[in-house]
Amino acid sequence: MNDKLMQLLGWVDARFPLTKMWKEHLSEYYAPKNFNFWYFFGSLALLVLVIQIVSGILLTMSYKPDGVLAFGSVEYIMRDVDWGWLIRYMHSTGASAFFAVVYLHMFRGLMYGSYKAPRELIWIFGCLIYLALMAEAFFGYLLPWGQMSYWGAQVIVNLFATVPFVGTELAEWIRGDYVVSDATLNRFFAFHVIALPLVLVGLVAAHIIALHEVGSNNPDGVEIKKNKGPDGKPLDGIPFHPYYTVKDIVGVIGFLIIFCAILFFAPEMGGFFIEHPNFEPANPLKTPEHIAPVWYFTPFYAMLRAVPSIAGSAFPGVVVMGAATIILFFLPWLDRSPVKSIRYRGLCYKVLLALFVVDFILLGYLGVKPATPILTLIAQIGTIYYFAFFFLLAIIPKFEKTKPVPERVTG
Amino acid sequence: MSTEGVDKGRRRFLTAATAVVGAVGGAAVAAPFVLSMQPSERAKAAGAPVEADISKLEPGQMATFEWRGKPVWVVRRTEQNLKDLASIEGKLLDPASDNTGQQPAWAKNPTRAQKEEFLVLVGICTHLGCSPTYRPDIAPADLGADWKGGFFCPCHGSRFDLAGRVYSGVPAPKNLEVPPYKFLTDSQILIGDDEGVTA
Repeated sequence: MNDKLMQLLGWVDARFPLTKMWKEHLSEYYAPKNFNFWYFFGSLALLVLVIQIVSGILLTMSYKPDGVLAFGSVEYIMRDVDWGWLIRYMHSTGASAFFAVVYLHMFRGLMYGSYKAPRELIWIFGCLIYLALMAEAFFGYLLPWGQMSYWGAQVIVNLFATVPFVGTELAEWIRGDYVVSDATLNRFFAFHVIALPLVLVGLVAAHIIALHEVGSNNPDGVEIKKNKGPDGKPLDGIPFHPYYTVKDIVGVIGFLIIFCAILFFAPEMGGFFIEHPNFEPANPLKTPEHIAPVWYFTPFYAMLRAVPSIAGSAFPGVVVMGAATIILFFLPWLDRSPVKSIRYRGLCYKVLLALFVVDFILLGYLGVKPATPILTLIAQIGTIYYFAFFFLLAIIPKFEKTKPVPERVTG
Repeated sequence: MSTEGVDKGRRRFLTAATAVVGAVGGAAVAAPFVLSMQPSERAKAAGAPVEADISKLEPGQMATFEWRGKPVWVVRRTEQNLKDLASIEGKLLDPASDNTGQQPAWAKNPTRAQKEEFLVLVGICTHLGCSPTYRPDIAPADLGADWKGGFFCPCHGSRFDLAGRVYSGVPAPKNLEVPPYKFLTDSQILIGDDEGVTA
């Protein structure tokens, strides 16, 4: 029997590089042996992507992308489709889980300098994934056609209307109508279920291929390829399979415990995952009392609101919000320190990074609150620090006292 | 295949010419794709005027009608409201309605209306398109002692007076839009058509 299987494998290998790919990406992909807790989030992001695709396909079978039928079809999924409630909440909780995991994954990159040479392209692919994910989440949020779906889309599409000269036409082109309408819903459905998922899967493939080309960074920021044994394998490396596949299973179980707890006991998360006004059908004649984006967008929303109109145009705020995401792409060249890991960097870097985390969470908090003058002032300070962080990274290496980086990983 | 006797210049020219023709073809195909996303003929045609019955409006009340998918408000202003309009002009960005894009020419007057009593507005904030809330109450706690009634946008805090004129220092850059409309009778207006109306 085994012989027959080996023969079959040989037959396949002569026609498709199956064994070669298995070795390259799993059994002979050498990853540093000192991965810690923070290295769970890459594989968890992949898991959430699979959850979203599977639950999404099942939702598509019962959902109707139609201005008249959409809201009702979501309620139909929740009440009449067998297990529909589970699949819908899986998808909505999955959206929040995706951002939670991706934010932690990005923070890991910041801590250990994973964006530095030779991993700039991995970081850039990652930033593109983040942008695609934001677009995917935005398009998806319109589909339930509730009040928050409708007015959220109205505000975001109108951001494009602030572009000088061509803004109004641009916003009409995005909506396919003069207001957010059935035409808008239908095209957002197309973007959400086919266009962006294709882009996302392609980018994830590029992200992983680039990673496996240069090899993983690690909490010490040491290049394990510099120290190879006589067999040509890195001394500090262990094969991804079985070592890290097994380790990641532990992460998956921990993640699924939390994910299921939310899914079963708090799928709306008190209005943070599914906002309360979204249980009312979209009404183009009435805006909800207080509108705020879902939690994962609120830091950027706070920045948008923090910038005052200049010369009667809201465009500067839109530019600042866009710049806040675009600046991430330049991180590998803004941070000039030769030391990768936070373990061997100076105190000033640690303080700046800690402040950056506090700042991002603070902006996220401000983004869900109504804008009062004092909160707006705090948001303005927060916005300035958000950008200052990136430029300080370029300055501090001039006087930063770093510790010596060891030759080998420390275990 | 021999590489001897290859005319490199000729090869480069042919490569460039093919690339240019290909790019033109690509752009020609992209155009219908991009243009197909514009508002369709049906969306463009959906702008028919709407009749609105305002006979039941008491002074101080507002009614909302739908025109081209947007809310259109009709407010019956009280005499006090009309007197208050002049008193707040100092706090407004464009008190004289100088921005001609925001109202038909006949509405460039202190009340921005055909009949002083009735205010007709497109209920969409000129900032990012939320629909502001009607706040006719005088000097409420959340809007301050100077508030003489008007509209407050819950999204980003823009304020408008009872002629739809925007206050200074709020995110909205322009006055609310006055749509074309005309009175069919004293209690009936036609929203979306102002043929024959003169200043």
